[in-house]
Parts: sequence; C-alpha cells; structure tokens
Amino acid sequence: MSAPALTVTGLTMGWDDVVLQQDATFEVARREVFAVLGGSGCGKSTLLRYMIGLDAPLAGTIVIDGIGSPDLDVGRPPYGVMFQSGALFGGLTVAENVALQLERWTTLPADAISAIVRAKLRLVGLEGAEEKLPAELSGGMKKRAAIARAMALEPDLLFLDEPSAGLDPVSAVELDELFLTLSRVLGLTLVIVTHELESIFRIANQCILLDKESKSIIGRGDPKVLRDTSTDPRVHRFMNRLPRSA
Amino acid sequence: MSTAGDASADASTSFALQGHLTLATAAETWRALQERARAVASGSRIAVDLSAVESMDGGTMALLVQLRAELAARGVRAELTGAREAVQALVHLYSGDVAPVSGKRAPHEGTLAQIGRGTIEFFLETLRILGFLGDMLLSALGVLREPKTGNWKDVVPTMERTGANAVPIVVLINFLVGFVMAFQGANQLRQFGASIFVADLVGVSITRELGPLMTAIIVCGRSGAAFAAELGSMRVSEEIDALRTMGFGPMRYLVLPRTVALVLVMPILTLLGDFVGILGGMAVGIGGLGLTFQGYLIETRKAVVLWDVSSGLVKSVVFAIAISLIACQQGFATTGGAEGVGRRTTSAVVSTLFALIVIDACFTMFFHAFNL
Ligand SMILES: Nc1ncnc2c1ncn2[C@@H]1O[C@H](COP(=O)(O)OP(=O)(O)O)[C@@H](O)[C@H]1O
Ligand SMILES: [Mg+2]
Repeated sequence: MSAPALTVTGLTMGWDDVVLQQDATFEVARREVFAVLGGSGCGKSTLLRYMIGLDAPLAGTIVIDGIGSPDLDVGRPPYGVMFQSGALFGGLTVAENVALQLERWTTLPADAISAIVRAKLRLVGLEGAEEKLPAELSGGMKKRAAIARAMALEPDLLFLDEPSAGLDPVSAVELDELFLTLSRVLGLTLVIVTHELESIFRIANQCILLDKESKSIIGRGDPKVLRDTSTDPRVHRFMNRLPRSA
Repeated sequence: MSTAGDASADASTSFALQGHLTLATAAETWRALQERARAVASGSRIAVDLSAVESMDGGTMALLVQLRAELAARGVRAELTGAREAVQALVHLYSGDVAPVSGKRAPHEGTLAQIGRGTIEFFLETLRILGFLGDMLLSALGVLREPKTGNWKDVVPTMERTGANAVPIVVLINFLVGFVMAFQGANQLRQFGASIFVADLVGVSITRELGPLMTAIIVCGRSGAAFAAELGSMRVSEEIDALRTMGFGPMRYLVLPRTVALVLVMPILTLLGDFVGILGGMAVGIGGLGLTFQGYLIETRKAVVLWDVSSGLVKSVVFAIAISLIACQQGFATTGGAEGVGRRTTSAVVSTLFALIVIDACFTMFFHAFNL
C-alpha cells in the first residue's frame, strides 16, 4: 500500500483565545473521496485553510505526500483548490483563468496552453465558455470553471470547499458526477469540506465528522455506514439530519 | 387591548393583558407595562396574566420577554401565566417560559479610553503599513533577481488607468490652482506695484509644493481608492487566497505592478500639473494684470530653477509609493463582505491623504534644514 496522500496529526485549530478543534488526527488515502463533515462554524473551512497552507495551525502537523507540510512560498503548488465561491479572477476570461498557472509554471507555448485549457473546460462541461467572463456564468458554471482551473497543473490532490452549496439540485448532481469521474477515471484524491450530506453519500467513501461542542472528531469512516450503524447519538443525529431535540 | 393591574397583599403583583395584541398596539402596551414594572419593588414577584389575550403577535411577545429580562436584572421574578394554547406556543417560541438570562451589556467605553484605543490603533496601523513596505521591498528584490516572475503585463494597463485617464482632471485642477493663487497674490502684489512677481509666486509654489501635492491628492482619490476597492473585493471573494494557492505571491502579482505603474506615472502627471499650473498663473497675469506673455515667461524662468521642479518630482515618486502601498495594504486587510470593501476604501483614502500631507511636511522641513 502506498503512503497516504495526506496525514494530519494532533492538529489544534483556532485563534489566540478560541480553540475550535483539539488534537485532530486523520489520514486521507490515495484515490479516496474524503469528506470533512460538521455543522456550521465547527471549523471545516479553517481546517481546509490549514491543509492548503493558507494559515498555520496552533499545534500539530500536516504532511502532504511528496512535499511535506504545505508551504505556498516554495513555488508551484502540488495540489489544486476550489474555493466556495469559485474565486475566479473577475477581470480574466474563463480560459485566461485556467491558463494562468500553465503560463506561470510551464514553458509550454501559447497554442499548447490553449489546447490544454480547451480540454480541461470540455472535461468539466464548459466547452464554448472560454471567452466568457466569470460574471456571465451561473453558480454551477463558476464552480466548474474553478475546478478546471484547480486541475490545470494536473495535481493528484484536489481540495474543495462546499462544492455544492448554493447550487440547484440538478447542478449539484451533475457536479457529483464530475467528482466521481475525477476520482475513478483520473485517480485523483479529493478532499471535500461540506455539510451537504446528500452529495456526500453519493460520492464520498471516507469521512470525518467534526463536532463543535466537544471540539473533536466524533465520527469517522464510510459515511453511509456511519449513518446506518453509528451508536453515538450526536453522529446519528447529524448523519440522519435529525433535529437536536429529537 | 388593555392592561389592568392589582397589587395583592404578599408583595406579588399581577398584570392582566387582554384582547388582540399586535404590533399596531405594541407601543401602547410597552408604555403601560413599563410604567407598572417601574412601580414594582425589588425582590417581589409579578405574574403577567395572559388568560384574556385572544391573540398576540411576535413583536408584542418579544416586548414581554424583554420586560422579564429587565425585571430579572432588578431582582424581580416575572412569569407569563394563563396563556391559551395558541398564545402559549408563542410564549415557548420566544423563550418566555424559561428563566431569563440577564445579558450584561458591555460597559460603555469612556472618552479617554476611546482616545487611548484610537491612538494605539493608529500606531499599529502605521506599523502594519511599514511592515507591508518591507514585504514589498523584499518581493521587489525577488523580482529583480528573477525578472520572469514579475507580472509585467499588468503594468501598462495600470499606467493607462492611473495616468492617461487622469490627465483631464489633473490639468483642470492644477490650472485652477495656479489661476486662483495668481488671483489672490495679484491683489496683494498690485498694492506695491509688484504685479510681475505673481510669476515668481505661482512658479515656485506650484513646482515645489502644490503641483506635486494636488496631483498626488487627485491620484489618491482616483487610483488609491480603486486599488483598495479592487484588492478588497478580491480579498472577500477569496481570489487572493486562490492566487496564493496557485503559487502566485499576491505581493508580486498584484501590489508590485500597481506600485511600479504609479511610480512611473506620477512624475509625468506632476510635470503636466506644474506646466498647466503656471499657465493658470499666466492667464491671470496677462488677462488681469496686463503683463505680457514674454515678460511673464522670462520672470518665471528667472524664478523657477531646475531644483524646484526636480524636488517636486522626487516628492511625487515618494507620494506614488505611499498611495499604492497604503491602498493595497488596506485592500488586503479587508474583511466582512461588500460593506468591508467600502469601509476599507474610505479608510485607504483618508489614511493616504494624511500620509501625503505628513510626507510633504517632512520634505519641506528636510529641504529647509539642508537649504535645498
Ligand atoms: N480569522 C478568524 N478569527 C477568529 N475567528 C474566526 C476567524 N475565521 C473564522 N472564525 C470563526 O471560527 C469559527 C469556524 O469557522 P469556519 O472554519 O469557517 O467554520 P465552518 O466552515 O465549519 O462553518 C466560526 O465561528 C468563525 O466565526
Ligand atoms: Mg465554511
């Protein structure tokens, strides 16, 4: 068995005086679709920021296979990130957004770059939208474009923050299909931060569930198994979407 | 609706509410309840009898809950009693049936404390901007060492935006400044029959002080605000985070090209401002004081030496760096959505104006001290 794609050990999350999560430890295996679950405000996005190297945790280590701890100052990043809002650059067309990293980190000539860009956009179902500006795209299209951009440098590891938040049900399902393709056909490892359970049951094969009150991971494993067999009432409630008082 | 009260023997009071209680009658209810509540002694109990209430809306319920909390803070226990089923559901929804939490308000900050905090904040902000300057110099060094990593293609469009597009307003304002100054000066100088010295007055003040400063103020209002707003909205839409995860340093990619563009453009705008400022003075000299074109020109050339112009240009470069730096720093520091962008844009412009005046004063003192 190969080394895990991502190893998180003893992570303490928070700011000077607030601790969000304590001593979080987990591993993401290669080619896994791994979900970080939890209610609003439990620290999912914060964890994501640590994993992609935007912020440093209060304590603990994160190791990405092949590069060690994430560091954004060392050059070409080995993973792709899709932000919740897409975070496309508003002044650039969709194609330019996708091409940006190829221009910066490869020596490919312009025609080769535009061929790759076109192929990526076709992969995410956005052919023909090359010359559109982000403001002209729908919410689902923005997320697709952001995925194409995150995949520009052929990373093995993709991080996604709330991919299906704010999407209509049809777009959400289409996006899930895309994730399954990325994982099964291209062999990518996906780390998805979300509270949208429906999509997680469809695509994720591993998850952790963060809890705000106990500041710890209260459940881990296959999300469907967790839903059906967990004896922890908090896990049972979250995975089955039951109200707190039930 | 109406309220009725009766004080019974055992230091417990009861109010009765009745009828349909809606937001339309809420003001009246609120006043009546407060009046009665004020009369209640600490340590006693109150029952608010809701049995005659036919219906009640959420607004009125919220007022009752607030009243309970206020009474609880004074040591009076208030209970909502006798509600019918529909009203009781509302009582429950608004937590009128659980012990009120006496939320202590944060004590109001005194004037002195506010001044103190403002002062500390001011120094911290200054420190942050200096730290930002350090970061920018480091990344400038990095780009000099590896020119291929610079975002050069943004420089020319930014120059156009901040320079070429600012020409009309720079011309207009500086012309008027020269014009107004000559006008005011002329009134004084004419009394001594020294009208020709208007040329000296305008020439020297425009090239040394007002040309660079007015131009910088215009650029601050146009481009400083634009930089802060652009970077601020990139910050709140996670675009700056995205840039970082794509391996582009935001300093290198966003701040440096803007700063380089401003540094290139500002001296040119300032020269232009100097020129039209002198023209403005000349218009008054020829039109209002009866001076000749040649006479005014010769006097100006006699009065204005090369150093007057070039010291202004030196200033303009420093102004350009200050504008870009403060605006970008404020943009990066934006938090809190669209509203945050507006707040930071305002504070970028205000801080930059302040910095421009301070820098200008420092230059003046420096030049004076060294007889420059
Ligand atoms: N920079 C920050 N400083 C202090 N607290 C923060 C900061 N960013 C987020 N928080 C707080 O941390 C908590 C967790 O945030 P987040 O990780 O975004 O939660 P989630 O993504 O799980 O909804 C929230 O209560 C939020 O208000
Ligand atoms: Mg989040």
